[in-house]
Amino acid sequence: MSHAPTGVMERPTPASPSPKSSLGSRSLPRLAPLGFAAVSIALGVGLSLAAGWESRIQWGMISALLFLAISYVATTVVENQRQAKDRLATSVMWVCFLIAVVPLASLLWTTIVRGAERLDGYFLTHSMAGVLGSEASGGVYHALIGTLEQVGIATVISAPLGLLTAVYLVEYGKGSLAKAVTFFVDVMTGIPSIVAGLFILSIMLIANLEPSGLMGALALTILMIPVVVRSTEEMLKLVPNELREASLALGIPKWRTILKVVLPTAIGGITTGVMLAIARIAGETAPIILLVFGSQLINTNPFEGAQSSLPFYIYEQYKIGEAASYDRAWAAALVLIAFVMILNLVARGIARWKAPKTGR
Amino acid sequence: MASTTPIDTPPAPPVPRPSPRSTGRMGDKIFLGLSRGSGILLLVIMASIAVFLTYRSVLAISKDEGNFLTTFDWNPAGDPPVFGIAVLLFGTVVSSIIAMVIAVPIAVGIALFISHYAPRKLAAPIAYVVDLLAAVPSIVYGIWGALVLVPYLEGLNLWLDQFFGWTYIFEKTEVGVARSLFTVGILLAIMILPIVTSVSREVFLQVPKMNEEAALALGATRWEVIRLSVLPFGRSGIISASMLGLGRALGETMAVATVLSPNFLISLHLLNPGGGTFAQNIAAKFGEADAFGRDALIASGLVLFVLTLLVNGAARLIIARRKEYSGANA
Repeated sequence: MSHAPTGVMERPTPASPSPKSSLGSRSLPRLAPLGFAAVSIALGVGLSLAAGWESRIQWGMISALLFLAISYVATTVVENQRQAKDRLATSVMWVCFLIAVVPLASLLWTTIVRGAERLDGYFLTHSMAGVLGSEASGGVYHALIGTLEQVGIATVISAPLGLLTAVYLVEYGKGSLAKAVTFFVDVMTGIPSIVAGLFILSIMLIANLEPSGLMGALALTILMIPVVVRSTEEMLKLVPNELREASLALGIPKWRTILKVVLPTAIGGITTGVMLAIARIAGETAPIILLVFGSQLINTNPFEGAQSSLPFYIYEQYKIGEAASYDRAWAAALVLIAFVMILNLVARGIARWKAPKTGR
Repeated sequence: MASTTPIDTPPAPPVPRPSPRSTGRMGDKIFLGLSRGSGILLLVIMASIAVFLTYRSVLAISKDEGNFLTTFDWNPAGDPPVFGIAVLLFGTVVSSIIAMVIAVPIAVGIALFISHYAPRKLAAPIAYVVDLLAAVPSIVYGIWGALVLVPYLEGLNLWLDQFFGWTYIFEKTEVGVARSLFTVGILLAIMILPIVTSVSREVFLQVPKMNEEAALALGATRWEVIRLSVLPFGRSGIISASMLGLGRALGETMAVATVLSPNFLISLHLLNPGGGTFAQNIAAKFGEADAFGRDALIASGLVLFVLTLLVNGAARLIIARRKEYSGANA
């Protein structure tokens, strides 16, 4: 451990023009962190191998800790303690970032690799009718239909409601009602999806309703409205006041101003918000378990009878616990992630393309 | 109001509101009615969630032969029906605390990394990717956690047991796969990282440039700039971001339901498989529950609802105290 810093220290470093390290005080070369990283990884792997530890996670953690220690000591010796702390902080930030990247990259990688094994045209166009859990057959068609219908119904209900609420908050909202709505919209964003499911379930129990796609969609609506309200609100606030004033000055009533001037200006951002909200609810599983029940068959009627949905299908296949069903679960997960990601990318694309021109 | 913008206080001269009667046009009335109506509808929904859940819960709890708060069992179908939330409350709180302890420092680190450390060209794409990751559905985290993370953590578990077994909480007394509250905590930490990161990043980007430049002008290193000007400014933002993350972690269903192998025991040996959370218990027990069993599950859901309501409400109040910050578009 000690040979690394001394090796770096002996090298004179006049060539690194760092504006902050001034007036002849010694400083480490710019590429020193890379050297520390190499040394600490080598040491970490060596130590772990020597101790016989198996987990790669441990290797990474030990290397990361060594890296922090080495760069701190080296900088203290060569420069001073303040610089050492600065370098330590920088390293910690980098390590944080890397720590976070590893699991997230692994998640995406696994889903893509495992999902691609099973994903093909057959998988997308067939249901699970008559397929045993252990059979390497069947598909996701019925779940796709279920997801699209439930999400569609939820969007049809919550987009107008959310939009109107946002318009109320931004254009009309004053006083205690607006304050209460704002606060509860915020709180509503935090409602766990399973609680939304239980709420609809309690209504179903009271009114003696049967599980159906519609019930699931209603629970999704509760989850979706606050997201739409928040994003629309932010977008409406970006619309410059001059536009409203110009329209009102021409004697146009407020409602027409809102419909013809304010909303069209913000339409890009509003669309983005709605699409992001769709992407969020498309992955909700818990309400579907409680309210739609799941089915192996194609049911195109969301108002009657059990349906399936993509996230529910993944859960169902995971619970079967056979190799073939795991394959199906990964493939469906890939379909779901692709759906959500495409929605996200398109939404953000629209946001950039149609960004409201704020006053300069 | 979470934020005050020019729109909230309409500029006096241009917006003519000479008398309320001049807005008496039909269109305006209808439009105002519609938009106010949907605002009120939201309040009604929130209220009815509370009312309906409470109503069904009362039905269930009144027939509970055990103590709802302290019973270590969930058997509403039994004779007499006995069920209690002690284990679920413990599991929910413990797994969320583990998630917070892991996720918040790392998330703040990433947020600082994006806002102050990353090379300019990298910062925007990284922020973008973090936002995308917030959109990964929880069930995908769930199967990834169960099929990839759990096998990976076995080594870490053994290591923790070997070197930190003396702390009691890291003592692994049962042999078995790592389907424990600890693993759930790690998975939840990974899941709430993106949201905590993006909210804290928003706050860090709002730190007045003047403050940072003043610190730099006094010769502060980058870390000192962060410690002296960024972190004090962003503290309430970090707190509320963590509480938003905590709200997510408390109510997370699928990731816990797939990873945990539940039982109805409270054990501080966090590495042992077992325990349970509210949401996981509802998802797991719902299939076999009869009508009364569902009411019992609704009762446990009510507790979860109140818990998340408190946490989220507190987070929002902290945000609202700082009027200039409106980063709640999670």
